[in-house]
Amino acid sequence: MTVIDVVMLAVAVLGGASAILVVVSRNVVHAALYLVVALISVAGTFLLLGAEFLAWTQVLVYVGAVIVLILFGLMLTRAPLGPMPQDNDHTRLAAALSVALFGFLAVLIMQAFGDTALPLSVTPTAAIGEILYVHWAFPFMVLGFFLTVALVGAIVLARREEGEGPEPLFDAELDSERPTPAPTDVSTTPGVTRPSQEIRT
Amino acid sequence: MQAAFPLVFAALLFCVGVFGVLSRRNAVLVLMSVELMLAAVTINLVTFGLLAADRGDVVLTGQIFALFVLAIGAAEVGVGLAIILLLYRNRATVNIDDADLMKY
Repeated sequence: MTVIDVVMLAVAVLGGASAILVVVSRNVVHAALYLVVALISVAGTFLLLGAEFLAWTQVLVYVGAVIVLILFGLMLTRAPLGPMPQDNDHTRLAAALSVALFGFLAVLIMQAFGDTALPLSVTPTAAIGEILYVHWAFPFMVLGFFLTVALVGAIVLARREEGEGPEPLFDAELDSERPTPAPTDVSTTPGVTRPSQEIRT
Repeated sequence: MQAAFPLVFAALLFCVGVFGVLSRRNAVLVLMSVELMLAAVTINLVTFGLLAADRGDVVLTGQIFALFVLAIGAAEVGVGLAIILLLYRNRATVNIDDADLMKY
């Protein structure tokens, strides 16, 4: 075993353990923080494979942005912050299925690639940029357009529609356009209280 | 390094993600499990991209595809969280077992 094998083994054990903790943790914020460790170990795997630009992109995009987004999602949906039962009734079936899938995949990988040595080489960022902007220029622009569409779509979806959710405090213009002036009646305003919805955890 | 190391790590991440998607009730946790599965896919792409680059692939298909998966995964998290927020606002829960309007 060379040094790089030992480092890869350490990264894989760390990442696998934290990934398992993501899916078994009873505390949702702890799960998000274990996800940080798992994604950092994925970035470490990229570094070991010589894909340095991809590794730092992974750190920037996932650890920097996606985790913050997920933490905001947990905060805005008022997820139970304490330890709660988070699993449904099929936990045993799901565990059996995923262990069986992992065993199948591991046997398959060991039979197919058990003695294949990886030709490790560092891919310089300049080479990635050159290839990305020359050979993959059109897919790259499509990707930019796709990101714009996703951004607009997310804003449109998450925007509060008129008459949905709690009423804003000062909405004189909105009220003047409304045909039936009934926003002062708090008890019928949708979204202020939802007594009919029982909050199950 | 053997090619089996990152491939088995990716398979482990993917299966853990499958378990999370199947067994979690909180929609945000399901989204996090989907992220784990996407990370496994990118590891596979980079590993096979290395093997392909050894056989004369000059355009680094594996790494470029992994980059694209990364960007699409980020967009997916944004839209997915928007959908979860909408679900929370309309039904006051993020339990995906309660989002069964199309079941019956």
